[in-house]
This record gives sequence, C-alpha cells and structure tokens, in this order.
Amino acid sequence: MDVFNAIVQTLDSTIRLSVPLLLACLAGLYSERAGIFDIGLEGKMLVGAFAGAAAASVFHSAFLGLGMAILISVAFAMIHGFASITHRGNQIVSGVAINFIAAGSTIILGQAWFQQGGRTPALQPGERFEAITLPGADAVRDVPIVGPIYAELLSGHSILVYLAFAMVPFTWWVLFRTRFGLRLRAVGENPAAVDTAGISVAWLRYRALICTGILTGIAGAYLSMVQNGGFVKDMTAGKGYIALAALIFAKWKPVNAMFACLLFGFLDALSIRLQGSPLPIIGKVPVQFMQALPYILTVILLAGFIGKAIPPRAGGVPYVKER
Amino acid sequence: MSTPYAKLPAWADYGLIPLINLFVAFVVAGFVVLLVGENPLRAAVILVEGAFGKGTGIAFTLFYATTFIFTGLSVAVAAHCGLFNIGTEGQAYIAGLGIAIVCLSFDSTLPWWLTFPLAIVAAAVVGALWALIPAYLQAKRGSHIVITTIMFNFIAASIMVYLLVGPLKPAASQAPQTRNFLAGAELPKLNWIIELFGAKIRSAPLNISFLLALAMAFLVWLLIWRTKLGYEMRTYGHSPKAARYAGISETRIIITAMMISGALAGMMALNPVMGDQHNVAIDFVSGAGFVGIAVALMGRLHPVGIVLAAILFGMLYQGGAELAFEMPAISRDMIVIIQGLVILFAGALEHMFRPYIQALFASFSPRSVGMEAVKGKGV
Repeated sequence: MDVFNAIVQTLDSTIRLSVPLLLACLAGLYSERAGIFDIGLEGKMLVGAFAGAAAASVFHSAFLGLGMAILISVAFAMIHGFASITHRGNQIVSGVAINFIAAGSTIILGQAWFQQGGRTPALQPGERFEAITLPGADAVRDVPIVGPIYAELLSGHSILVYLAFAMVPFTWWVLFRTRFGLRLRAVGENPAAVDTAGISVAWLRYRALICTGILTGIAGAYLSMVQNGGFVKDMTAGKGYIALAALIFAKWKPVNAMFACLLFGFLDALSIRLQGSPLPIIGKVPVQFMQALPYILTVILLAGFIGKAIPPRAGGVPYVKER
Repeated sequence: MSTPYAKLPAWADYGLIPLINLFVAFVVAGFVVLLVGENPLRAAVILVEGAFGKGTGIAFTLFYATTFIFTGLSVAVAAHCGLFNIGTEGQAYIAGLGIAIVCLSFDSTLPWWLTFPLAIVAAAVVGALWALIPAYLQAKRGSHIVITTIMFNFIAASIMVYLLVGPLKPAASQAPQTRNFLAGAELPKLNWIIELFGAKIRSAPLNISFLLALAMAFLVWLLIWRTKLGYEMRTYGHSPKAARYAGISETRIIITAMMISGALAGMMALNPVMGDQHNVAIDFVSGAGFVGIAVALMGRLHPVGIVLAAILFGMLYQGGAELAFEMPAISRDMIVIIQGLVILFAGALEHMFRPYIQALFASFSPRSVGMEAVKGKGV
C-alpha cells in the first residue's frame, strides 16, 4: 500500500509539473506549425508569470492576474511577430532577444515596484487559483485503489490544470478540423500556396502568434499563481526550452505533445522524489543526470535514432512576396 | 526571387545602420529607466564614468571585453557558415573542465608561461569537442543546430554541476568549486599598460588573455577573408546549394566551422578562470556566451566590429556595476535588458530603418544607392 501511495503521489506531482510544459508546448505548436520558430517561449512564460502575480497582488483578483499575464505575454508575442513577420528578421535572434528582455525587465520592474529583491508580494488566498475538489472526492477517498486515484490524482488541482489538459483535444480540433487550422498548417508548409489562394500570410502568422501568447501567458500564470504563491526571479528556469524539446519529441502533434510533457514532468517528479536515493538494479543515479535526461532524449531523437522528427517545411523562413 | 533590399554605401551599411540600431536600443532602455523612476541621462553619465572614468574602471571594462571578444568571435565564425551557434555558453562552461584538469595537474610544477599554452589547448579542444556532436548531427542527420546546441548547454551545465559538487570539489570545502590554483596557473596582469598612461589601478583582473583575444580576432579575420577555408565557409553560409555545386563538402565545412567556433568559445573560460577567480566555480560563464550573440550581431560579424562591440558590452558590465551602486533601483539586470534590446534592434530588426535611410540617401545622391542607370535612361 505504501508503494501504491508513493506511485499515486509521484504521478500527482507529475501532473503538476507537466502543466506548464504542456501549455508552453502547445503554445509553441501553434507558432511552429505556422512556420515561426519560437525560442522565446521561455521569455513569454516569464513575463506572463510576472504580470500575473503582480496584477493579482495589486488588484486582489486571480482572474485579473490571469488576464494581465495573457495580455503581456501576447504583447511579447507581437514583438516577435513584428520582428520576424513584418520585418522578416531572423526568428531565432528575435526569440533570444525576447528571452533577455523578459529576464531583465521582470527583475528590474519587480524590484522597482515591490522592493522585495525581484519578488512579487506573496499572494493571499483570493489572489491565487485554489485547488478544486471534484464532486465526491472526499466520499471515495477511503475506497482502496480507485479512491486515492480519484481523490489525489484527478481531484484537487486548480482550474488551470484542467484547462491545460482540455487544451490538448481543443488544439487538435482547431488545427485539424477547422479552416483556420488547415490554413495555419498550410502556411507553415508552403506559404506561397496560401498567398496564391488570396489569404494573408502575415495576418495568419500573427494570429498563430496570438494563440502562442495566450497559452504562454496561462503557463506563466500557472507558475506564479498556482505552483508558487508569487513571482520569483527566473522562475521558468529553462521550462520554455524543455517545452521546445517536448514539441520536437512530439513531432509537432498535440496529443503526442501531452505525452511528451507528461514524460518530462515524470522525470522531474522522479528526480525530486528520489533525491539521490538508490534505484533497484541501476544503483544511485545523480540528480543532475535525471535533470539532463529530457535534453539528452531530445538530442537522441533529433539524431534520428527514435523515429525522425521532421519540422514544418517553411519553419524559420521569412516569407517574401514575389515582386 | 528579388533581393528585398538595395545597396547602400559601405560606411552606411557597416557604420550608420548599426549605430542607429544601437541608439534606438538605448532609447528604449532609457524608457525602462524612466519607468523605474530614475533619470536616464544621469544613469548614462554614471555608466560611462564608471567604465572609463578611472584606471581601475578601464581595466575592468577591458577584462569583461576580453570574455566577450572570445564569445563574439565564436558566434561570428559559425554565423559566417550560416550556423547559429547558441551553444557558446555550454562550450565555454565545459571548457572549464579542460582548464581545471591542466591547472590542477601542473600548477605546482610548471610556471604560468608553460601552463597557459597547455590550458589554451585544453580549453580549445574541449570546447571544440562539445561543438562537434551538434555539428555532426547537423551535417549528417539534419538535426537543427539551434535546438541541439541549446540542449547541449543544459547537458553541459548538468555535467559541470555534477563534477563541481562531487569529484572536483576538495573534500574539506563546502563551496561548489575546485580548489584555488597555485601561482603556476595564475595569469600575469596587464594593468601596467594602463598605468603607463598615468592612471592608478588598485586591483583589476585584466590579464594576458586580453592579448590572446586580440590575436584570435586577427586570426579569425585572416581565416574568414584570407583563406580558402574561410571562403568556403562564407560560400556555404551564403548559399548551401552553390557550395554543394562547387564541390565543397557540406559535412567537412559544417564540422570545421563549428569546431573552430567551439574552440573560441572554450578559450573564453581562460579569462575568468585563470585570470581572475583562480578556480573553476559553478556558473562561472554566467551568460557571457549569450552576450556573444549580441556582440557578434552588433559587430556585424567582423572581428574589428566585434572587438568594438565587446568593449561596449564590457563598458556596460563595468559601468552597470557602478550604476547599481549609485542607483539601487537599477541592478545589474539592467544590462540583461540592454543586451536583449541590442539583440532585438541590431539583430532581428536590423532592416527596420533601412528603407528610410535608403530613401534619404536616394534623395541626396541617387548614385550612392545605385540608381544612376535609371535616371540616365530618362535623359
């Protein structure tokens, strides 16, 4: 029973840890499917986290915080769009720039506005997203096996967790069952064809980036308003890059993205749980190895040893109209 | 497809446009200073005075610049070959391992002028090898080098943390770093050069690796513009198709360019490790690899430009420290914003002002933008 409880707890923290990855990964899915590489997921999450926590603590409202997180994150996505769509700049360079601006400005503004060493004030109960207890969770808690799974694993998360997982089928539906999705994918594969059909490549790509901004904003809000009760500097700590890795691992498909993020979240949860205690058969595994594992796996995947990851064909190439 | 932009005179292309972009980046940074509630002009004065006002300031500025020359050159060499090496950070970090091995083995037996060349080789080799794997994967398997080098940054960080809290740490110590090197692995200071001009220097870490950085800048210029290999790299960077048609081996050119880039990145570690800290500590690179991206873009991938841009960023780092002291609201993270803005305006938005400048040039002197022929026909 102890083993079972340990497994349920590990899976529970897997879910919690994979939510920001999942949201950022789906965010990247929209932009990369539209042919815009986005290294700046990390930075957009960070500004989202900061804006969310700052607005929530100033206005005493979790939803205003979430709204502000989305707004600022979308604004940063638009900077990326302005540079890489309108001015046909290098998308990687633009993404790197956004990450730096985000990292610096969140600390500077946080310190100037709240004077707590770059933190935002600790969020009070009404200013965070609280855990939701699903109906009947307390009643079935004592039922063996099913009880803990329902009460611990499925119930007791914040609304953003359920939203993140709901985004998976929704994103699939948008991309593969709507006209917008078809065009979005087309613009990532062959923008000239989309242009010939009389559809604006730039406007379509901008809309894809708006979707990206919304999702990274929610991801940031999750970090600062659910996982942590406030903003801490550099709190994304490379999650944007792991999400990027997960996106490649998922071969740019929404459902795969969920599994990739759950896998990376599980590795994270496992390394926290084990904390250097020995594993059966393998022996003691250094924490650093577990932390590096998502990156190592992605490199192996990219090397083509686990299937082949083929990015959208027009990814990273600015579209120039013939003239 | 037509080229989107017409020609400008060289001085406008390499001088005016970067300066305008830089100016805009600083204006936006000034707005951030305003937002924080300080006076941007006063901040700028403190910054420049802190960097160049005293001999110590100049020495520190050049010390930081040394680091950025290496990383800027590293990014530029790869960029000439059309490769975006975002892994300079990781290559420099892991090169610390090579330096640690050399210094810890020889610092008690050899003098610095023997340890230094050995450490240069070790740093360059380790950095180059760390770049080799992403390069090989790009050349042979088509894995995107940006993604693989990002992944390798994180892998390098994990390895170094593992080594510095474990095997490389002296048993008696708590701090995650190697033991301090002895005199045999300490590089001589160059502060006397500045003192020649009459300035007084209390203690500054400017050291002989500054000269190595300048030598490397010259060698990179020689490589890119005066050798066959450099020509092939530029060809491949301009048009991989043309390079393939000319019989240039794609695999060879990608791997060579990336290994040179990695070696330059690795040498960056010499400056802080042997010149200043005298040990290898966790996170000793602290973002210098990413500054290299900004420096390379600012310097328009030319060694002379890179040295100037590196000094500019050295000034920002040194002046920024003074600024944080004078205006507590503006911590050193302000530099991170400026760095981001420079990358944005000098890199991603480098063409934003070009159409306007072209129009301006065309109105004064049509010949300078190659419009003479068009006018001639009308007569």
